[in-house]
This record gives sequence, C-alpha cells and structure tokens, in this order.
Amino acid sequence: MRKLGLFAAALLASASFAGLAQAATELQMWDHGAGSDVETKLITQVVDDFNKSQSDWVVKLEKFPQAAYNDSVTAGALANKLPDILDVDGPNMPNWAWSKYMQPLPIDEAALSKLLPGAVGKWQGKIYSVGLWDAACAIFARKSILDENGIRIPTLDKPWSGDEFTAVLKKLQATGKYDYPIDMGMAWKGEWYPYGFSPFMQSFGGDIVDRTTYKTAQKALNGEAAVKFGKWWQGIVKDKLTPGTSEDPATRDSGFVSGKFALSWNGNWAALGALEKFGKDMLFLPAPDFGTGSKIGAASWQFGVSAASKHPDGAAAFIKFALQDKYSTAFSDGIGVVPATVEAAKASKNYAPGGAMEVFYGLSTKQGLLRPVTPGYVVEAKVFEKAMADISNGADVQQTLDTAADEIDADIKKNNDYGH
Amino acid sequence: MSSTSSPNVLGLAGRYALLTFIALIFIFPLVFMVMSSLKPDLQLLTDSKSIRAFLPVGDISLNNYFNAFKRAPVALFVFNSVFVTGTTVLLSIAICSLAAFSFVFLQWRGRDTTFALVLATLIVPFETIAIPLLLLVNNLPWIGTDGFSVGWLNSYRVQIVPFVADGLTVFLFVQYFKDLPRELVEAARVEGASWPQIYRKVVMPLSGPVVATAAILKFLAMYNQYLWPLMVTQAEQYRPVMVGLQYFFQLNRAWGEIMAYLSMITVPVLAFYLVLQRAFIASIAATGVKG
Amino acid sequence: MTTSSKLLSSNGAGWSMAGPAMALMALFIVAPFCLAFLLSFTNQRLVSPNPTQWVGVSNFTNLLSVGVIPLEPLKDDATGEVKKDEAGAPQYPATRSYTRNNPEHPYFDGMRDWFSVTLGTTRYAVVAHDVIFMKAIVNTLLFVIVVAPAQGALALLLALLINQRLTGINFYRAIYFMPVVVSIVVVSLLWRLIYAADGGMLNTILGALTFGAFKPVDWLGQPSMALWSITAMSIWQAVGFHMVIWLSGLQTIPATLYEASTIEGATGWQVFRYVTWPGLRNTAILVLIVITIQAFGLFAQIDVMTQGGPIDSTQTVVFQAIQRGYVKQDIAGGSTISVVLFVLVLSVSLLQRYLTRGSNR
Repeated sequence: MRKLGLFAAALLASASFAGLAQAATELQMWDHGAGSDVETKLITQVVDDFNKSQSDWVVKLEKFPQAAYNDSVTAGALANKLPDILDVDGPNMPNWAWSKYMQPLPIDEAALSKLLPGAVGKWQGKIYSVGLWDAACAIFARKSILDENGIRIPTLDKPWSGDEFTAVLKKLQATGKYDYPIDMGMAWKGEWYPYGFSPFMQSFGGDIVDRTTYKTAQKALNGEAAVKFGKWWQGIVKDKLTPGTSEDPATRDSGFVSGKFALSWNGNWAALGALEKFGKDMLFLPAPDFGTGSKIGAASWQFGVSAASKHPDGAAAFIKFALQDKYSTAFSDGIGVVPATVEAAKASKNYAPGGAMEVFYGLSTKQGLLRPVTPGYVVEAKVFEKAMADISNGADVQQTLDTAADEIDADIKKNNDYGH
Repeated sequence: MSSTSSPNVLGLAGRYALLTFIALIFIFPLVFMVMSSLKPDLQLLTDSKSIRAFLPVGDISLNNYFNAFKRAPVALFVFNSVFVTGTTVLLSIAICSLAAFSFVFLQWRGRDTTFALVLATLIVPFETIAIPLLLLVNNLPWIGTDGFSVGWLNSYRVQIVPFVADGLTVFLFVQYFKDLPRELVEAARVEGASWPQIYRKVVMPLSGPVVATAAILKFLAMYNQYLWPLMVTQAEQYRPVMVGLQYFFQLNRAWGEIMAYLSMITVPVLAFYLVLQRAFIASIAATGVKG
Repeated sequence: MTTSSKLLSSNGAGWSMAGPAMALMALFIVAPFCLAFLLSFTNQRLVSPNPTQWVGVSNFTNLLSVGVIPLEPLKDDATGEVKKDEAGAPQYPATRSYTRNNPEHPYFDGMRDWFSVTLGTTRYAVVAHDVIFMKAIVNTLLFVIVVAPAQGALALLLALLINQRLTGINFYRAIYFMPVVVSIVVVSLLWRLIYAADGGMLNTILGALTFGAFKPVDWLGQPSMALWSITAMSIWQAVGFHMVIWLSGLQTIPATLYEASTIEGATGWQVFRYVTWPGLRNTAILVLIVITIQAFGLFAQIDVMTQGGPIDSTQTVVFQAIQRGYVKQDIAGGSTISVVLFVLVLSVSLLQRYLTRGSNR
C-alpha cells in the first residue's frame, strides 16, 4: 500500500512537473520585415533559437510589411491589442514611450555598454529599446569614375568640404556622361527625407528642433545656418546636379547601379546590391563637412516592450538573447546594416577590418547623430519633409523654413510640450 | 451617329482606325504592366524608355511570378479579398434591395426623411469617417467561436459589416423598383400575398439587371479598398490584396515582382466584370436614365 | 414615392424590411460621422497621455479664418515720395508686421500670406490662418470644376463613337472600360512611372510621335503641371464608366426619332441638338452629380504620386484630412476638415439639384 502511495505521489509529482514545464508563457512579437525574405528568415531564426534555448517563454512572431507597420501599431494601440515585444524605428520610440505604447526595458544598462550609441533608445533617462544594428548613410561612388576625373578620395578624417563637394558635382556634370552627378533620392518620400537630408542641415549648423529644450524650432530650423543649407540644397536641384522630387522610385532604386548617376547618397541597406555590381570599384565615402563636421543619421529598428505587456521580463529575456553578436553579424551579412558591436563587426563579411563597408562602422561611431529624441518627432519629421520638398521645388527658403518652424512650435505647444 | 448610311470602305477603315487609336490609349499602361511582369528588373527599366516596353522581348520568363509567391502569400491575399468582397456583395444586395423595396412600395412613418438621410450619406467620402469608424469598431462586442470579445480588429467581419449597407446600392435599387409596373405588385397584394412574398416572388425575379449593376459597383469598390484594410488588419491571415502590395515595397524593391503581383490581383476583378458586363450595361439603362 | 393606395401602406413591414440596412448605416456611417463632428470641437489626439479638452469652435476658426490687409506703399519720411525697389516697383510693408505679435490687429495674429491683389496703389494682402488648407480647397474645387464637364463630355463623345453597329464594337467597349476595373492605387503607381521626367514613357512616346519635336516635360514636378497631370490620369481611369452610362441613355432614345430626322434632312449637329441631347437630360444629371461627388474625394492619386506637392499644387481636402488626422495624429484637426468637406459637398450637390430641377426627377 505504501509503495502504491509513494508511486502515486511520484507520479503526481512528475505529472505536475511536466505540467509546469509545459506551461511556457507565450509572448507575442511584431516585426516589420514581411516581404523582405532575408530579414524574415533571420528574425525567424532568432525566435526559433530562443524558443529552443529555454522553456519559460515561447515567442510567437507576426510579420508586417514595413510600409504599413507604424499604422498597424497605432491601430493596435487604440484597440489595446499590442504585442509583448514590439519592433520600433528608433526616432519613433520617444513618441511611443510618451503615448504609453511602451514601457522601460528591464535590462541592465551595463549589458548594453558595448553597443553603438545609435542602437540604444533612451527617453527621459530610461532605456526603452535596443537594436541589433544601426544604419548609416554614405556617398556611393566608384573609384574608376573619381580617378578618371581627378577627384580626391575623401576619408573619415578628411572628408570633402561643402565647397569641394559642390565643385566635384559640377565637374562630374561637365563630363556629360551621367543623367545627374548625384542621386539624393527624393523619390523616396517619407522618413528618408529627415533621415537622409537633415544630417546635411546639421552639418551646416541647423537642426530640426532646438535640442537644448525641445520646445521650439525657432533659430534651429529657420536660423541662418538652416537657411544657408536650404539655399545650397535648392541650388543643387536647380542646377540639375540631382534629380528633384518628381524622380520616380524605379529610377532611384536602380539608377546608380545602371550607371545613370556618378554618385548616390544612400544607406547601407542598398550597399550589398552596389557591391555585387561593382565589386572592388565600389567606394563608400563619408558625408561632406559643411562647417560643423560631417554628420549622418543614426538609429534604426529596435526592440522594445509594450506598456500593456504582462511579461516584461520575458520580453527582456528575448531581447537579451537576440543581442548576441552572432545575430548582429548575421543581419549585417544578410541585409547590409551596421553591426551593433565591435566584435560583431569583426566577425561580419563586410564590416571586418578591410571589409568593403568597414567605413560605415566608423561613420556610425564618429558621425552618427540621432534624429531629435522627442515625442514630437512624428510631426517634426513630416513638417521637415514637406519643407525639404517645397525648397527643392523652388519655394522661398526663408519663408518655407519659417512656416515649418512655426508649425512645429504650434504642435509642441498643443501637446503641452510633449513632456519635456 | 446611327449606322443607317451605306458602308463605305474608307469610312469603315477610318472608323476602325479611330477606335483602335483610342483603344491603345486606354490599354497601354496595362499592357506595360503585364509585359514588365515577364522581364527581369533591369531590363524592365531600360525597356520602359522605348517601344520595347509593350513587347514581350528579351529575357521573358515567369520568374517574377514565382518570386512574388515566395515573397508574399499571394494566394492567401487573393482569397481574402475575394472572400471579403464576395460576402459583402451578397449581403449588400440582399439587405439594400430589401430596404429599397420598403422605400418604394410601402408607406410608413418617417420613410421620406429616412430616404433623404440615405441620400445624404452618398456625399460622405469614406476617408473622412475612417478614423472615427476605427475608434468605433474597436469597441464593438462580438460573440463568436471564442466566446465574448470586444473589438473587431483583425477579422473578416471588420472588413465586411461596415460596408454592407451603403447609400449608392439602396439608391440604385430604388430607382429600378420605381420603374417596375405597379400593377404586378398591387395584383399580388390583392391576392393576399405578404410583403416578403411579393419581394421574393414578384420583384426580385425581375431585378436581374440592377443586381448585376450593384454587384459590379460593389465588387469594384470593395476589392480595390486601400485605406480601411491598412488600418484594421494586423494579422497576416486577414490581409487583402491591397495591403499585400506593401510587402513589395520594402527596401530593395523588385519592380518585376511588383508588376507580376499587380497583374495577378487585377485578374479576379477583370473576370468578374467580363462575366457580368452585358447585364451591367442593360441595367444602367433601366436604373440611371429614367430619373 | 407619391402613391397612397391603401393597399400599400404598412408601418410594421416598412420598418422591418428597411431595418437591417438602416441600422447598419446608422451604426457605421452616421455614428462615425457624428463622432467626427463631436471630435472637431475638441483637441483629441490619436493617442496621447494628455486629457482631451473641449475647445469649442477654435478648430474651425483656425482652419477657415481669412483676412484682408490693405497695404499702402512705404513712403520716404523726408520727401514723402514712394519708396521703390530695384525694379522700380513700389515697396510695401511686410505682412509679417501685422500678423506677428501686433497688438493693434489681434485678428490677424498667426496668419500667413496667401496671395495679394493690387488695386491702384493699394496692395490687398489676403492672409489666412491655414494657408495649406485654403490651397487644398482651391485645388479640390479646380479639380471638380474641370473634371466634371471634361470627363462627362469626353465620356459622351466616346459613347457616341461606340454607339455604332460595327462588328467587334463590344471588344472596344470592354477595352475602354478596363481602366475602371483597376484599382486607382495601381493606376497611380503605373502612371508615376509613365510620368517620369527623364526617359519616362509618356515623354518617350510623345517624342516618338512628333519625331523629336516634343521636349520632355516634368509632368509631376512642376507646380503648374502636377495637378493637371493627375487630372488627366483620373479622367483616363474613370471615363469608361461614364461612357457606359451615357451609352445606356443613348440607347433609350427611340430609333423612330432618328428616322424622322433623317427623313426631314437634318444635319448631324441638328440631330444631336434636337433629338439626342434632350433625350439624354436625365443621364446628364446623373453623370454630373456622380462625377462631382467622387471628385471631391480626390485622395489616393495624391497619396501615391505627389504627397501634396510640388509646393502644395496638389493638396486636396481629403489628403489634408488624412495627413492631419492620421499621420500627424491630430484627430480633432482631421475631423474638422471632414465636417467642412461634408458641408461643402452637400452645398454643391444641393446647388446642382436646384439648377437642374426642371427635369422629371
């Protein structure tokens, strides 16, 4: 009898243990990579590895197309149906944190010390999001073209100055061999405008908003430096040194590779395609220095925890797992983005010392400037985009920038300064 | 311009030439789309500068179609669209024709005011109520297989139910019913038929043409919806074709695949139209013209 | 709907048969619209930690306020003569001095230059609180005013052309209708490539047709051209639909009338004017009203092709409603625009019905 009792007890105990083991909590996760086969494969791999590596949590992945992702999150927030783990584009994080879509990440800051500054998202002193990679922009060029025209090849330490850059463009235009000397990519409406173009303005000395207070855009967006930038930009469009806003997206996607443009201002996600076509002839040059140093954008997609999630610790566990160097390297090799740590870079194909895109890592570290870290960025980005488009189309620069600054100020005031 | 004049060969050739020239204007972008879907990306873009854009020359293959299927669950999206559209069309015809019957043949208090309100809704463009509608459907209850739940996002019903009743469909049926011979309805009434019976057995059998019209218009509107599905479908399984289009606009766009996808999603609508077009044209005569 | 036969009146059946449709419309069309109406009196954001406040009509005044500032030329204090700039034209004070922190003119505060008219020596500067919205209204009205007659007339011409008994005419009719079937988003995508400035298809085709005499045009990049390029594309897409409507109208005109006119020796134009056109009156009204209402909703083409540019030349009312309400997360602002649009379209529709009330509608 007693043996039966012990046996029964053991059975019960093992059954309950088995039950406990099977009670892995499910975590929902949203990712923005639907339609991008490489990204999807990689993120699915990370999720599978995580699920296999432990038994407390099971992550379930839902993929969205990037173009619709932010809208879906907004709709999800309205419905209170956000997932546990959320993918967020760096500059939007403050807005989502302020709107209470996200909660601070319970991850020790020391664990993130090796990451590029652009891969960590902080708002009001708390960490809300972390990313496996950073994105950087550079001037895509071909060595053969530069040599043929006797153009100096700039380095990180000695980039082209603003005047030198304009002179290079005019020289290339004079050869008559290209539709335009450079393709700035104005066909890509949306976040590309602030991400790709505001660094030029920042290099002149202007900015989208005053970063000391984040409460006004006056003097930053419509001050002397910004107006100088606006006039310079308007000049290069008018002089046909770059296609304007009516550029069609197909030309932007393929123009540099098919030889229409001598140079192209683009991000590292497009680098793999260019490398494939031009191989050793391919150069990635640093942004020009218009007075205050070369600047490029920083911060790309990052992971965070939604505010409504009941399992922030599980989400943090996943994110910590995903931050392993090997995954950072894998994403870099797959889609060409900048690995988030030095080790990951050393192990990657393109960013290791001597690698074709190594310069991007240096660019990110030295020149990366985050877009304004403020919940007001969502509106500011749109206002800046419209101002850039209008300036490119010939509108009066001072007036356009004044209007933009006024609109940003009005929006900030309407939202009680967005918590600043 | 009735053709009672005797045929004249030059005149005939001239007419066909004119008709063909105009037909080319209407069809060239679609030919471009289909031809481009058969070509690899770089060739597609260089060809677009010449007459080659319309010709199946060069490296022709169905690769773009295969790749499109790999990039996005195209079959799922087409199924979703056809399912949502088909269901909405069926429900819409039933419910709106019922209401139109009531407006035309029955007398009840508030009928004229209600009908005026229905006409007023014709004026409201959907985009203007999209956001409040989003807030509304978030808070609607539902009893389904999972039991009671609140919020309709991520489902088929959120794409169907708000669009079942619309002013244009009701209006089309009303105009058509007004032209039906009254005597038929009155005779049936005298014989003691109930209103539902008259609806089912007298009026609807005569309504083939208007049903075809309403079906085509509704199908077009629902299948090509862009803004609403973008706002309300979060799970991939419910997405319709227009949201699926976004899958092809990631970084490093493959334009050949985009053309292939566009060609594929145009097929169901085209097919539906070709099947119903004769009835559609006949019915426009009956509904639109008599006032 | 004027019969009052006792056999036909019935309250219960009436409400129950119309019930489902009315309930659905009330819930999914009327209710959201009323919600939009209410929201336009608040400062509701899409999602925000700040509480929503009632702001009365300030959204409407911010949207619609317009003012006129009369400006006299600047005079040199010493000589009393009018100051002139390099081109010899008189100089005027900047409107900014009136619209920024000027305590004498609180009404103009925050407004911006819209346009100005010079009558005699006085320049009248028209300022508006929301210049982009004003431009959106102007563009939308321009679009409607051009599209309604152009599309209607073109559709009529096509219908007249198609209304012949030739073999294969149905084939042509199907082709002319085909663009209607394709989504406007797809059409916009294709045409964005077609309208490309450098080596775009349209420029190439026109260049080939004119043997090089035609110079490439930047269809979507010039403020003067962009709206008309979009108009042309919109007409291209929708004209087949209205062609079919006209066609049906044409086919209800009795053939006997045409025979009678031929017997009496009427010319083509006289036939059209006295036989065809009067028979089409009802069709014309239907076509006009439907085109007008649809034209006010111009949105998808702008969203895909130009995003309101270049320099606001393609801003439209619905596009602004979405930009503000959804993209910039200012729902109250978006709703305000929706309400204004509704009133605008309602007025125009009522006006159209009034002007065409002579028919047996």
